[in-house]
Amino acid sequence: MSRESTIDNVRTSLPIAKTHWPLVFLTLGACAAFLLFPYDLGFMTRILIMMVFVISFDLILGYAGIATLGHAAMYGCGAYAAGLFAVHISPDPLLGLASGAAMGALIAFVSGLLLMRAHGLSLLMLSIAVTMVLQEIASKARDVTGGADGLTGISMGPILGVFEFDFIGKTAYWYAFCALFVILALLRILVASPFGLALRGIKDSSSRMRAIGTPVYWRKVTAYVIAGAIAGIAGALSAQITSLVSVEVFNFALSAEVMVMLVLGGSGRLYGALIGTLVFMTVHHVAASIDPFNWLFAIGFMVLGIVFFLPDGLISLPKRIRRMIGAVR
Amino acid sequence: MTIALSILVDGVAYGMILFMISVGLSVTMGLMRIVNLAHGGFALLGGAFAHVLTVWYSVPFIAALAISVTAVTFLAIPLERLVYRRIYRFGELEQVLATIGIVFVVIAGVNLFLGSTLLPIRMPPEVSSPVDIGFKVLPLHRIIVILAGLAVVAALYLLVEQTRFGIYLRAAVDNQDTAASLGINTSKVYLAAFALGAALAAIGGILGAELLPIEAYYPLRYMVLFLIVVAVGGLGSIVGSFLAALSLGILDTAGRYLLPDMGTIFFFLAITALLAVRPNGLLVKPS
Repeated sequence: MSRESTIDNVRTSLPIAKTHWPLVFLTLGACAAFLLFPYDLGFMTRILIMMVFVISFDLILGYAGIATLGHAAMYGCGAYAAGLFAVHISPDPLLGLASGAAMGALIAFVSGLLLMRAHGLSLLMLSIAVTMVLQEIASKARDVTGGADGLTGISMGPILGVFEFDFIGKTAYWYAFCALFVILALLRILVASPFGLALRGIKDSSSRMRAIGTPVYWRKVTAYVIAGAIAGIAGALSAQITSLVSVEVFNFALSAEVMVMLVLGGSGRLYGALIGTLVFMTVHHVAASIDPFNWLFAIGFMVLGIVFFLPDGLISLPKRIRRMIGAVR
Repeated sequence: MTIALSILVDGVAYGMILFMISVGLSVTMGLMRIVNLAHGGFALLGGAFAHVLTVWYSVPFIAALAISVTAVTFLAIPLERLVYRRIYRFGELEQVLATIGIVFVVIAGVNLFLGSTLLPIRMPPEVSSPVDIGFKVLPLHRIIVILAGLAVVAALYLLVEQTRFGIYLRAAVDNQDTAASLGINTSKVYLAAFALGAALAAIGGILGAELLPIEAYYPLRYMVLFLIVVAVGGLGSIVGSFLAALSLGILDTAGRYLLPDMGTIFFFLAITALLAVRPNGLLVKPS
């Protein structure tokens, strides 16, 4: 059997390459949400942006098995890049997204050269340290970034020269949706490619992958750069849609929440990231509006519940229930 | 010269606080091989108890310290038995998440009962009075902190090097399966180490309240700092934690004194460089 056909065999045996249901569900869900909650478009747009961010983290954590606590670094750089691009160069949204992606990829490459050599605790610490350094730079470089007051004065031109951003946020909603749709579609192709398979192999056993000749380090750096570009796009979307970038884009809490959202949904499946983001953001939103002071209880207990009772995330719930029913019979 | 002395004294006092809070974390992380992000929670709880006792009920500081540390220790014991015991068996990622969840619950708990404002601890007025030590005038607080830190180091050294428990502990850190097969009750060693670490964190939290103010988000705000001490010192190494805490305390203080604008950047860049060269900590060479 030739190498190509082996890969094809493996690829078709993977569950993700077979169906297009995730993309269909995403589209139907976005349309339904748009019709059902016309007054919550701002919040739903935030969910879509976070989904972009969380699927980028799935590529490195869920597929390549790289656990970091500094994914906000790329998000923040993307946000600042897009914000500064809009203020100083051009109000075109798509060019702004490209600048965010480029900045996210660049910072991921520079930091990834160092981070991808580390493991375990030192990897977690190093990724946090990188984000901290960036946050300090952003808050100290007041002339460029606006410091603690945030970067303001971002105004957006129409998308493709046609679709103006409106006050209700309809354009922003569909803009974020299209970005998410395209990125999800591309990532689904990427994770089913030989490169995606190599990442899974590295996650399961990096020493065996090295033994069969995979350049493990460079594969990880590449994955980190791709994830960084997507995280940069997420940051750019948020900068463009909210017209504001604050130093909080580098907050540790953001990196931690991304990890929580991914594991909540279930990692290594892409659509698990979407489910986790939706559930987390909704619980967060509802809990914070019921009790603005003690909503952290809800988040804390939700995280503990998932880790202790549903370690494979919400996407493993149907299988769990089926097994339970089977056990009762 | 005065600046150098100020940096040294403040840095050493700061380092002692970091050491007291982090050493328990280092031992538990080295012993149980877990990534525990919730350790700062014990320092917060100690500080919160001390705040309630000294400010609400006007309990004298020393008594409040003793009661708070005891209370935290007795909270840590059931927590280890019921929750952490299960976390030991998790993968690294699940450990990170589970302990983040615990941090959130602790923060929300303190926030519920005491609010999100600063929680000051009332100390006897003499503590903030200046003391002349010959070449420099210092607040008494710094001297107390440094002496307390030295006392903790000495006590830990004796405990680990001279007692049977210390032998069990070192054996379990080196290889828990072998230790267990030699008849050491590793489960009890875990519990004792965990409770001891929590008690030390509570002491550090209370004594260090002047430098690291107690408030609900304390465990999240300083988590990185404590973890960095452990990562730089090397997991499970008491000497390593001590050296790391002192040098990080001095480094951070020096950065704040000499480069007020760039202090934090300088600090984290130094940490990054160090961890890049020595991923397993100061004292352990990369394998």
